[in-house]
Amino acid sequence: MLRFLLRRIAGSAVILLLLTVVAFLLFFGMPRDPALLMCGKTCTPDALANIHRTLGIDKSIPEQFWIFLSGLVMGRDDFAQGPCPAPCFGYSYHTNEAVWSTLLDRLPLTLSLALGATVAFLIVGLGTGMLAAWRRGTVIDKTFTAGSMVLSSMQIYFLGPLALALLVYQMDLFDEPKYTELTTNPVAWFTGLLIPWAVLSTIFAAQYTRMSRSAMIEQLQEEHVRTARAKGMSRRYVFFRYAWRGSLIPIITILGIDLGTLLGGAIITEYTFGLPGLGMLAVESVNFSDLPLLLGVMLFSAAMILLFNIVVDACYAFVDPRVRLS
Amino acid sequence: MTTLTKEAGAPVPADEGAFLSVRDLHVTFKTEDGPVRAVNGLSFDLQRGKTLGIVGESGSGKSVTNLTILGLHNPMFTTIEGDIVLDGKELTTARESELEKLRGNKVAMIFQDPLTALSPYYTVGRQIAEPYRKHTGASKQAAWDRAVEMLGKVGIPNPKARAKDYPHQFSGGMRQRAMIAMSLVCNPDLLIADEPTTALDVTVQAQILDLLKDLQREFGTAIIFITHDLGVISDMADDIMVMYAGNAVERGTVDEVLRSPQHPYTWGLLNSMPRIDSDLSAPLAPIPGAPPSLLNPPSGCRFHPRCTFAERVGGARCVTERPLLGPDRASACHLTAEQKRTIFVEEIKPRLG
Repeated sequence: MLRFLLRRIAGSAVILLLLTVVAFLLFFGMPRDPALLMCGKTCTPDALANIHRTLGIDKSIPEQFWIFLSGLVMGRDDFAQGPCPAPCFGYSYHTNEAVWSTLLDRLPLTLSLALGATVAFLIVGLGTGMLAAWRRGTVIDKTFTAGSMVLSSMQIYFLGPLALALLVYQMDLFDEPKYTELTTNPVAWFTGLLIPWAVLSTIFAAQYTRMSRSAMIEQLQEEHVRTARAKGMSRRYVFFRYAWRGSLIPIITILGIDLGTLLGGAIITEYTFGLPGLGMLAVESVNFSDLPLLLGVMLFSAAMILLFNIVVDACYAFVDPRVRLS
Repeated sequence: MTTLTKEAGAPVPADEGAFLSVRDLHVTFKTEDGPVRAVNGLSFDLQRGKTLGIVGESGSGKSVTNLTILGLHNPMFTTIEGDIVLDGKELTTARESELEKLRGNKVAMIFQDPLTALSPYYTVGRQIAEPYRKHTGASKQAAWDRAVEMLGKVGIPNPKARAKDYPHQFSGGMRQRAMIAMSLVCNPDLLIADEPTTALDVTVQAQILDLLKDLQREFGTAIIFITHDLGVISDMADDIMVMYAGNAVERGTVDEVLRSPQHPYTWGLLNSMPRIDSDLSAPLAPIPGAPPSLLNPPSGCRFHPRCTFAERVGGARCVTERPLLGPDRASACHLTAEQKRTIFVEEIKPRLG
């Protein structure tokens, strides 16, 4: 098991390296000169050459890549803004902040948003899905199935403003969503994120309802589930012990992908509610053509997705002993 | 149609001494295309400690009958009519909680494919201990010890260590042994074995059959043995019931049914069995045609479209009138007893070699 995980981690590291190469070439190897962006309207050839030197883009591309890569691992101190400890993604063109510390600044919001929504949509999604499977064919099942169908075809940029208009502006039940550090004020943290959580998890929960329902129904038809019934175990026991266990496997797979994506930044949600998380950061970096920042956000998101893929593999082994031993 | 099914079940009186007594059982599945009559007026009895072999093609209602005894059908799509009396207790109307107490305790079941029939998520020991705990109220430790004891009894070497293994760490034969251990853990009075050796290779098959016979001798369990393999059944059963399209078409002791079969379908089954000493160039003789759709079964005798002897009955009786199966040694066919005997002796037996 440990060897399997180590192999997966090594594999992910290789993927991340390849991704770095591609992203680096796309951004820094582009024919467009990033120095022009920084130079402003009154640009002279001298100033441009100066910026080239400061950015280090007067060197050859492989040389630049090597400097970038070693900066990621060991840090750099060749920046005018000051030393840049590992992992060094360089400094933002736009704000002159170190990219890594900007990422770390924005991470708590994205983390709060993603994990809070995940807890909510897992509880609601798996709960309703299992209830629908347990009461298959009844009114409850049909209601949940139809409801989840409608909700999962909704979009955040529709539900989000709708929730804001209704709950905040019309009925005045909540304040506008706002992020407060959990450590500063837990209550404000919770209430400020309530609507984004609700909107984000509504759409995800609907998908998990459908997934969990169909996975449960499939598992309930498994022969080993029938065997468990044939040896006198109660319907409830068989449902939760035998069928549920197997239904988790497809759900874990999708959850790994969803969590990785969410932690890379829920772009539309953050943008809809004006929450400055990693998703918003990605949008900003694109808007300002802030290449070091964009590269940083991209690699960070990719690392999250890869990380959660490994977590998913570990979870498989936890749920299914057949994976554990092979 | 309805009048025909009504009259089919009537003639067999209930046997007071039987441990399991099935009377005029009808099982109907609701499907999108209409009702499927999977079992149609079936009656049989089973005594304690005896083995009843049920033979028939796929879809003849063998498995459905036995799932119904345990109440394992899906009540949403299934209607059950008739009586299933186990040890004086009516099962068709029994509550789910009562059936739960019965399953795995008084009546146990072995399934065909031990790979899919055992849960991949729990250890073999746990899966055997579970019903024992539930039905006897034993402690976790006592149930585990019992599971280890049962694994030893069914011939798993080093049962103490193997109980901690998962099913996928067992070979096919060992899995079926574990399955048998699981079914016998509460000393059931009735064991339903649904093609327990079909998924196993021949040498393992023989071991499993021997094991079942040994255990039956030790515990006095009654066994319903479902199979489509006549070779296996001659080895295992005391009595045989041949099923076709949801009905019993012939019944008797093993000797009676295998040595002097009376029903054209049974002749067909015997005829289609390859023999190891037969002429290699001689083609196999399958029963012509295919099993009928139970959505829209043939009128009269359900076997008549495939029967090569129907015209010897004379008239259109086979098409219009459903033959009845009498009690004890009997076959549901319109041929006269004399015809059955002469056809078998003169036309079928020589071909069986």
